[in-house]
Amino acid sequence: MMISVRRNAIHRLSLFTAALVGLALPAAAQASDVSVAVAANFTAPAKELAAVFHAISGDTVDLSFGSSGQFYAQISQGAPFEVFLSADAARPKKAETAGFAVPGTEFTYAVGKLVLWSANPKLVDAKGAVLKAGNFMHIANADPKAAPYGAAGLQTLKALGVYTQLAPKIVTGENITQTYQFVASGNAELGFVALSQVITSDKGSEWIVPQTLYAPIVQGAVLLKPGAQDAGAKAFLAFLKTPQALAIIQSYGYTTP
Amino acid sequence: MWPAVAITLELATVTTAILILVATPLAWWLARSEHWWADVISTVVALPLVLPPTALGFYLLIALGPNGPFGAFLPWLGLRSLAFSFQGLVIGSVIYSLPFMVQPVRNAFRAIGNAPLEAAAMLRASPLDAFFTVAVPLAQGGIFTGAILSFAHTIGEFGVVLMIGGDIPGKTEVLSIVIFNDVETMQWDSAYILSGAMVLFAFTVILATTLIERRSRRLLS
Repeated sequence: MMISVRRNAIHRLSLFTAALVGLALPAAAQASDVSVAVAANFTAPAKELAAVFHAISGDTVDLSFGSSGQFYAQISQGAPFEVFLSADAARPKKAETAGFAVPGTEFTYAVGKLVLWSANPKLVDAKGAVLKAGNFMHIANADPKAAPYGAAGLQTLKALGVYTQLAPKIVTGENITQTYQFVASGNAELGFVALSQVITSDKGSEWIVPQTLYAPIVQGAVLLKPGAQDAGAKAFLAFLKTPQALAIIQSYGYTTP
Repeated sequence: MWPAVAITLELATVTTAILILVATPLAWWLARSEHWWADVISTVVALPLVLPPTALGFYLLIALGPNGPFGAFLPWLGLRSLAFSFQGLVIGSVIYSLPFMVQPVRNAFRAIGNAPLEAAAMLRASPLDAFFTVAVPLAQGGIFTGAILSFAHTIGEFGVVLMIGGDIPGKTEVLSIVIFNDVETMQWDSAYILSGAMVLFAFTVILATTLIERRSRRLLS
C-alpha cells in the first residue's frame, strides 16, 4: 500500500531527526516518567510518538491503552494518569469542568477516520454496498457508549438506513482494539475499526467510510491534575503540536487541525 | 438488565447440568485410577484455576472461530463461528468451571474408601450398579458442593465472556458485562445495585456450601 510505504519513510525520518536533536541536547538530565492514558485507536501512533519524544527529551512515556469511557471512569476516581488522549472531545472537556484536568489545556490532537474492514480480501467493496447486501453473520462494532469509533459506526449504519436490518448481527467490542481482533480472528466477517489500525497492512478489504455519514471523530488531549506540575507531561503535550509529531499522526491516516 | 439476569441464570444452569454429567464420571475415574497419567489429567482439569481468563478466552476465540478445529463442521450447523453465541459461552464456561466441579466430587469419591464398594461387589452388584447405587449417593454432598460452586463461578465469570461473547443483549450479555459497561459509561447507580446483588448472592452461596459441608461431615462420621 502506498500510504504504508510513506508512513515508514516518515517513521525513519522522524526517528533520525529525533536522534539528531537528542545528540544536540544533552540536557536530558532531569528525565522523568510521563504516564499517558491513550484511547485504543491511537495505539500505534502513540507508541511511535512516545519513542520519538523519548529520543528528544530523555523522558520516558508510559502508555496505557483502553476505551475512552473506561479511562474517564478511572480518572474520575483519581487514577494517576498525567495526560489523557481521548478518542473524543467531550470527555477531556468534561474532565476540565469536573476538576480532573487543568483548565484551558484541552486541544484537538487528531481527527480520526472510520473504516469498514474485513480480513477477507473480497468481502468489502469500495462503496460499502456489502452493508446493504447483508450477506454476513456478524459485524463487529465498538461499544457506542464507551468508544467514539463505535458511536461513529452506529451513526453510519443509521445514516445508510441499514441499522434495523443489521442490529441482530452486531457484536460489540469493549474497545476498538477488541473490535479489530474480532474481525482479524475471522469470528466476525467485517467490522468498523479506525483507519490507523489497518493503514499499515495490505491484508483484507476495506471501505473508508465517507465523513458525511458520521459526526467527525475529534480527538481531544488534556493535561490531568496529577500532571499539573510535571514538566515532562507538559512537554509531551507541547510535542504533540510540533510539525514532527503532526506528520507522524497524519501518517496513520488522521487529519490534524 | 432483566434479559442479562435471565441469560446469566440460563448459562449457569446449563453449564452446571453439563458439568454434573461430564465431571462426575471423570472425577470417579480420577479418584480410583492408579495410573500416573491420571495425575496429568487431574492437572489439566485444574489449569483454569491458575490460567488467566484472557489466555483461555484467547484460545477459545481462535478455537471456536471459522479457522479453528471445528471451523469445518460449523457450516453444517448453520454457523460460522461459535464465538458470539450462547453455545460458545456454554463451552467456555464448562471448561472454565470444570475444576470447581471435579475437585469436590473426586474428594468425595475418595472419602468413601474401598469398603462400601467391596461390600457391593460381594452382593453381586455390577461396577456400574455400584457406582449409581453406592458411590453416587455417598458422594452426594461433594456433588452438591461442586454443583453450587460451578453455578456460582459461572455467574461470576467475566474475562472469558468478555473475550468471546461480543456483548449481544439477550444472547451473550451477562450480568458481569453489564456491570463493566455501567462503570465505563458512568451509570454508577445501576453498577452499585447490580454489584450489591452479586455480593449478596456470593455470600449466600458460600455460606450455604459451608453449612452443607458441615452437615455431610456430621453424617459421614
